[in-house]
Amino acid sequence: MSVEDTMEAYFHAIAAALDGATARGERYAATFDGEDTDFVRLNQGKVRQPGSVSQRYLTLRLVQDRRHAEHRQSLTGDLAIDTASAVAALSALRSAVTDAHDDPHLLLPASVQSSATHRGGDLPPAADVVDRILDAAHGSDLVGLYAAGPVFRGFADSSGQRNWHSTTTFNLQFSLYHRADKAVKSGYAGFRWDDAAFAARMHDARERLALVAQPARSLSPGKYRVYLAPSAVDEIAGLLGWGAFSGRALATQQSALSRMGSDGGERLDPRVSFREDTANGVAPSFQAEGFTRPSMIPLVEKGVLVGSLVSPRTAREFGLDANGANSHESPESFAMDAGDLAAADALAALDDGLMIGNLHYLNYSDRNACRITGMTRFATFRVQHGRIVAPADVLRFDDSIYRLFGANLEALTVERELLLASETYGCRQMSSSELPGALIREMAFTL
Amino acid sequence: MPLDSALPALDVDADFWSLRFVEEASDDHVVRKNVALPLTTSLDRGVMASVYADGGYGYAATGDTSPDGLKRVLQRARDWAKVTARHAIADSQALPRPAPQGRYASPAGIAATAALSHKQWFDLLMAESQSAGDDPRLVDWEVSCEVVRTTQRLVTSGGGDVVQHYRFLMPSVSVTAHADGDTIVRTLNGYRGICQQGGEEILARFGFAGSTRRVADEALELLAAPNCPSGTMDVLLAPDQMVLQIHESIGHPLELDRILGDERNFAGTSFVTADMFGSYRYGSELLNITFDPTRGEELASYAFDDDGTRAEKMHLIRAGVLERPLGGAISQQRAGLPGVANARACSWNRPPIDRMANLNLEPGTSTFDGMVSAIELGVYMQTNCSWSIDDSRNKFQFGCERGRMIRNGKLAEVIKRPNYRGVSASFWRSLAHVGNADTLEVLGTPYCGKGEPSQVIRVGHASPACVFTGVDVFGGEA
Repeated sequence: MSVEDTMEAYFHAIAAALDGATARGERYAATFDGEDTDFVRLNQGKVRQPGSVSQRYLTLRLVQDRRHAEHRQSLTGDLAIDTASAVAALSALRSAVTDAHDDPHLLLPASVQSSATHRGGDLPPAADVVDRILDAAHGSDLVGLYAAGPVFRGFADSSGQRNWHSTTTFNLQFSLYHRADKAVKSGYAGFRWDDAAFAARMHDARERLALVAQPARSLSPGKYRVYLAPSAVDEIAGLLGWGAFSGRALATQQSALSRMGSDGGERLDPRVSFREDTANGVAPSFQAEGFTRPSMIPLVEKGVLVGSLVSPRTAREFGLDANGANSHESPESFAMDAGDLAAADALAALDDGLMIGNLHYLNYSDRNACRITGMTRFATFRVQHGRIVAPADVLRFDDSIYRLFGANLEALTVERELLLASETYGCRQMSSSELPGALIREMAFTL
Repeated sequence: MPLDSALPALDVDADFWSLRFVEEASDDHVVRKNVALPLTTSLDRGVMASVYADGGYGYAATGDTSPDGLKRVLQRARDWAKVTARHAIADSQALPRPAPQGRYASPAGIAATAALSHKQWFDLLMAESQSAGDDPRLVDWEVSCEVVRTTQRLVTSGGGDVVQHYRFLMPSVSVTAHADGDTIVRTLNGYRGICQQGGEEILARFGFAGSTRRVADEALELLAAPNCPSGTMDVLLAPDQMVLQIHESIGHPLELDRILGDERNFAGTSFVTADMFGSYRYGSELLNITFDPTRGEELASYAFDDDGTRAEKMHLIRAGVLERPLGGAISQQRAGLPGVANARACSWNRPPIDRMANLNLEPGTSTFDGMVSAIELGVYMQTNCSWSIDDSRNKFQFGCERGRMIRNGKLAEVIKRPNYRGVSASFWRSLAHVGNADTLEVLGTPYCGKGEPSQVIRVGHASPACVFTGVDVFGGEA
C-alpha cells in the first residue's frame, strides 16, 4: 500500500473504534490532519536548516442533543496507542458536554456524503533535490524553502460518513538576491519534480535578477499607473480572504466588502468576478464538520457581490445556507476571471508607470471603506514607453479596492496563474488561487 | 512522554545531539453575543531531535516519543546532518554544545492548572457578555479566555537537562458597533493583547470584570466621533499601541537571522546591518530597549532558550545607541556578534530560530499629564488595529482603534480611525517623552509570525506611553 492508503486505513481504524465507543444519543465527528514533510531551509546558496516533520492530529467533537465540545490532540502514529487515546478523549468530552450550554447555532450535516481523493506524487529524495537546486543556483545568493511530502486530511462521523483527501507534493519557494532588498522571487511547485521545468524557472529568475541589478530609482509618493502581476494580485486576494467574503462578517457589517452588500452600494468593475472554485483548486471537497463543498461558489459576479462563504454555525445563526466553508470562512480555492489583455502586451499597455511583481504586508487602513495599505516588494520596475528602465525602491500604497478594481481598473490579463499556497504555519496549507494580472490606471502611493 | 523521567539509553553517531520535548494543553472558552461557543481543548505532544555530525546540522520531529521513536528521530536528524554537511551554511563543529541544567516555572507554577473550572469560566464570560447592553447598534461582541499550560524539556548529549513549566492566560473582549453605514470595532487592549504568564490574578490586573460594558460604550462613542484629521503633529501613543511600534520597528529589524539573510524569502530582511552595532543612533537619548526574560508575569519569560542558552536581561539599545542584536547562540557564532538567549521554537515540530521574547521599552520620568501638557497639537492614540511595514522594517503605517485630540496641552474630543506613518530609521529619533512606570503596561501578542517553515510564537512587550513629534497623521476614508 502507498503511504496515503496506509494513512487512510489507520484513520478509518481509529474511526471504527470511535463508532464502537459512542453511546446511544451521542454523535461524534472526527477530523484528521497529518503530514510527513521534508523541510530544507536555504540561504546564500547553502543549507541553513534541513529537517523532517512527521505529525498527525485528531480533532474530535462529541454532540449530545444541542450540547457539544471539541478536543484536538496529537497522535503518535502507533494505531493501538492512538486508538486508545482517541477513545479516552471521547470519554473526557462526555463530561465536558455534561457541563456545556445548549448551543442554538449547532448545525450538523443532514446527509452522509463520503468521498476519497488520492493524488500521489513522484518526488526524488529531498537531499537529491537540494543538490540539484544548489547546483543550479551556483554563484547566486539563493534563499528559500523546499517543502515536500504527503499531506493528509480526513473526516469521519458516527453517521458513517468518511472523507479522505491526500496529496503528495513539493513546493520550492525561493528568491535570488542582488543586494540589500533588491531581489527576484520565484517558485516551483507540483506533484512531479521535473529538472527541465525547474531549470526554466531558474533561468527566468536569473534574467529578471539582471534587471534588478541595474541602478534603482527612488520614486516620490504620488499616483502611478501600475501593472500588478498575478502574484501581487494574490496578496490583495489574501487580504480580502481575511473576512471580506465571510458570511458572518457580512451579516454583522464587519466585512471589508460590507458596502457592496446593499442595493445602491459599492460596485467593482463589471469585468471583476471572484469565486470559490473548489473544482479547480487543491483544497479538500469537505470541511472540518463534514459538510461538503459545491464545485463553485460565486462571490462577486460582474462587479456585484452575489455570495459569501457560510459555515454551518453562521448558517444556523443568520438563517443562511451553509456552503462548506470552514469556521473562519476564508476562501481556499479562490479564483478571479480572466480579462482580454495578453500578458505579453502588459508592459506596452502600461506604457508609463510601475510594473509590480509582488506586494508585501497588506492590511486595512480603513476596513469599512475597503481601503488597504501595503508595500511593493522584490521585482518592481519603473516602466517608460513600455520598457523597463530601472528597478524601483520600495513604495507604500494606500488605496481603496473600490477604486483599484472599480473605476481605475483598465484591464485584466487573458492568462491566469495557478498559485499553490506555500504557507507552513502549523502545517502545510492545502489552498490555491488562480488569478490574472491587473492593469490599473492609477494607484496611490504615500511613502 | 518523558517530561520528567529518565530517558532510554541513546547511542547516536554524532558530535552533539539534543532532544526537545514539548507538551502543551489549552482550553479555549468563548461567549459570543451571550451564546457560549463549545468548549475547545487541545493536547499536543511531541519531540524534536537536533544533531551535529560531520560539520552538518539536521533536525527531525515526531509525535512518537516512545524509546524506538526517539531512536528513529535522532537517526533521521543525523542523516540530514551528514547528507547536507557539504552544503551547510555554518560548520556545526564550531557551534556551541550546551549542557544546561535548570528549572523554570511561571508565577502560578504548576499548581494553578485548574484554578477555574470550565463551568466557572463560562459563567464569568457569560456575565461579562450580558453586561454589553442592549443598544441595537451593537451588532456583535465576543468575550473569551484561553488558558494554556506548557511543559518543555531539553536534554542534550553532554548531560544538559532543563525542564520549564508555563501557564499562560489570554483574556479578550471585542465589541462591534454599526450605524449609518459605519462599523467600529473596539477591544480591550487589542485582540489578545492581554497575555501574561500566571493565574487568574491577571484578570484583575487589567480590570477584566466590567470591561465589556466599558468597551461597548467606547465603540458607540466612536461611531459618533469625527474622523482623525490629517497633518503633521505630535502623537502620544498608549502602551497598547507602543507594543506594536516596538515589535515591528525595533524587534523585527534587530533579529539577527534577518540581518544574516535567513528570512529574506519570507518575512524579510532588515535595514539594520551588522556594522551598526555599537555606534548607530537608533533613537533619541530617551530610548532604552531591553531583552528581559526575567519579568515573571510577562508572556515570554523563561530561564533557558530552546538551544539551551541561559536567559538574562540585556540592553539592546541604550540611550538611543544600538548595542546588540536579537540573536541566539548559532546566529552569534555565524555573525561574530554578541546576542541574547532568543533561539525559540513555537512547538516540537519547528526548529528554533531568532525570535523576540520579552522586548521592553524601559520607563522614563514623564507623567501622563505632563506628556499631554507638552503637546500643542497632537493625537493620543490607543490600541493597535492595523499594521504594515516594509520587508526591511523601515517604512511603516499603523492604525489605532481610538484617538483623542490634544490641543494646547489638554485632551479634547474623541476621534476615530487615527493612523500614522513613518520610517523606523528616523521615527525613534523623534521620541520626545517617555512615560514613567505609572504609565507602563505589560502586554504582548501570542501571534508573532515568522520563519520557513513558519512559526507563530508568543512575545511579551512592556512599555510606557510615549510622545513622538512631527508625525504624519491621517484618518479614514473621507
